[in-house]
Amino acid sequence: MMIYENIRLALFSLKANKMRALLTMLGIIIGIAAVIAIMTLGDAITSSVSDSMSSMGVTNIMVSVQQREDEEESASGMNFGEDDDAREMVETDYISSEMVQQFCDVYGDDIQAISAEEAVGKGEIESGTHRSSVSVQGISLGYFQVNHIEILEGGYFSKKEMDEGQMVALVAEEVVDDIFGGDRKAAVGSTIQVALDNKYYNFVVSGVYEKEDNSAMSSYAVFFGGNSATSCYIPIKTAQRLNHSSGYTQFTVMADTDVDPDEFSVRIENYFNNLYRNNQYFEVSAVSMSAMVDVMAEMMNTVTVAIAFIGSIALIVGGIGVMNIMLVSITERTREIGTRKAMGAPNSSIRIQFIIESIVICIVGGIIGIILGCIVGVAAAGYAGVSAAPSVRSIFISLGFSMAIGVFFGYYPANKAAKLNPIDALRYE
Amino acid sequence: MSREVIELKDIYKRFYIGTPNELEVLKGISLTVREGEFVAIVGASGSGKSTLMNIIGALDRPTEGEYILDGVDVIAAKDSELSKIRNRKIGFVFQTYNLIARTDAIRNVEMPMLYAGIPMGERVRRAKELLTLVGMEERMRHLPEELSGGQKQRVAIARAMANDPAIILADEPTGALDSVTGRLVMDLFHKLHKEEGKTIVLITHSPELAEETQRIVTIRDGKIIGEREGRG
Repeated sequence: MMIYENIRLALFSLKANKMRALLTMLGIIIGIAAVIAIMTLGDAITSSVSDSMSSMGVTNIMVSVQQREDEEESASGMNFGEDDDAREMVETDYISSEMVQQFCDVYGDDIQAISAEEAVGKGEIESGTHRSSVSVQGISLGYFQVNHIEILEGGYFSKKEMDEGQMVALVAEEVVDDIFGGDRKAAVGSTIQVALDNKYYNFVVSGVYEKEDNSAMSSYAVFFGGNSATSCYIPIKTAQRLNHSSGYTQFTVMADTDVDPDEFSVRIENYFNNLYRNNQYFEVSAVSMSAMVDVMAEMMNTVTVAIAFIGSIALIVGGIGVMNIMLVSITERTREIGTRKAMGAPNSSIRIQFIIESIVICIVGGIIGIILGCIVGVAAAGYAGVSAAPSVRSIFISLGFSMAIGVFFGYYPANKAAKLNPIDALRYE
Repeated sequence: MSREVIELKDIYKRFYIGTPNELEVLKGISLTVREGEFVAIVGASGSGKSTLMNIIGALDRPTEGEYILDGVDVIAAKDSELSKIRNRKIGFVFQTYNLIARTDAIRNVEMPMLYAGIPMGERVRRAKELLTLVGMEERMRHLPEELSGGQKQRVAIARAMANDPAIILADEPTGALDSVTGRLVMDLFHKLHKEEGKTIVLITHSPELAEETQRIVTIRDGKIIGEREGRG
């Protein structure tokens, strides 16, 4: 009853000084809004990225050829190929098809599939006046299995097409929409002309796949400036022929479900580095998808913590503002305090009255901040192309935090009010 | 003879403004007020009547002496008990009304009952009853700033009655009012005294107002220098 009465009183005095209340709350509003917005955005990105990474399979291990780093270089950090030792990757530095084949023979029991890709370049499929931009990519047999891509029409490349490196292609349904007016059946088996570096190549469409809208790549593309081009997949042999190369710079191993991917990635790394021990410029690194998800999550956590820290500085400054205004308010209302004491209000009632007033200011500010933060966070996430929902957890934490600020910064002024001498307070002009 | 509500015995009040500057404001005041009495305490400014009022109102403690208010030993009471005594046994009426701004007449009258822990429904019912008694039934939902001085003082008197106190302690209640509204407020005190049987202690510097009460106590230099019957 007393608390209800006090909340009512606090709201009255907020209403009486709207501008002052708003300015007082501004620090709290900004602090809470910043924290909520960042947490909403951060959660959305983290979950979207780790979802898509997981959907690609936590059992996946990325194997790639990397510039060898000696101790000094890794210590100095930012030297991307600028040092004297570095040189361009040449044919002999690639992981050769034979190495991969041997690797498969050795570890066959632990492997579900191997997916390799070889980028050829960006180009355009042309058919009369219709055009569709694509990035042409050579892929291995296991690619669709590893990346969970579904074939809508037609079929995957045959072993023969793969081994011989035939001019066949798998295109996205968007391409079918652009070129064949959406008729998938008509698309399969027809020949398309692809312009690559001013050269024209003819491919026979062997199948239509569903565009991977949930893959990690598409999420990355949003942030790192991807375009609307879909992938046009061709057998990796074909791609290597077009690129005049014969090896891989990277491939993905899909480990068997009963194999620990982290442990397996170490074995893979050791296996290949044994073959690379004489290469003084390059080495092979293998990173499991689960390790990448962990690294990603850790990175996002660090960013979230940093922003939360900045937000909490805003909150502390806001809290000091609340304290200041409470002191002013108490001075202004000295006679009211004196009157209340003369009417029999115990010190504790006066203290509670002003602490509740301070809490109300902070919570009202907190609620405005939460609403603002949710709007900004969801809008920013929408702009970045990930779906976001404000986390209930962060809302409750923020509310609790605003309340704590109210209590913390309201206590001193409230206590000062409670300890006023009623006689002096009554006479206060 | 009715029972004693206020019993002050040998009350001394000294203020220490750093030794040896000791200021003795009250020098042995003994005063008894009986139930249902209307008493005026008269004195010029600086006579010590405000200090006496603070002590009677349990806002301050005497340096020496005994004070029994409605059977309760005020001297022995702890601070937390003093606020309870003020809440239950004393109804203050101030010269400057001291209504709480931003809250309407009903809420103001409710305030002492709030601290007495009376439930909301009962508070509102009694506040309406009291505002009707002081002739403010038409303006119960008005804020103090929407009321005239006389109306504010009537709300303040209703508030003083809220917890049915043993005494109403009025400190220059007409001091800020013109003679016509001041008259209305004095009439209200007379009404409360005669019809409700309230014990009223009126503190004033005006001999004319004091004449209207039953007993006039005059203080000067911290001592009672005369007591006589009034016309009331």
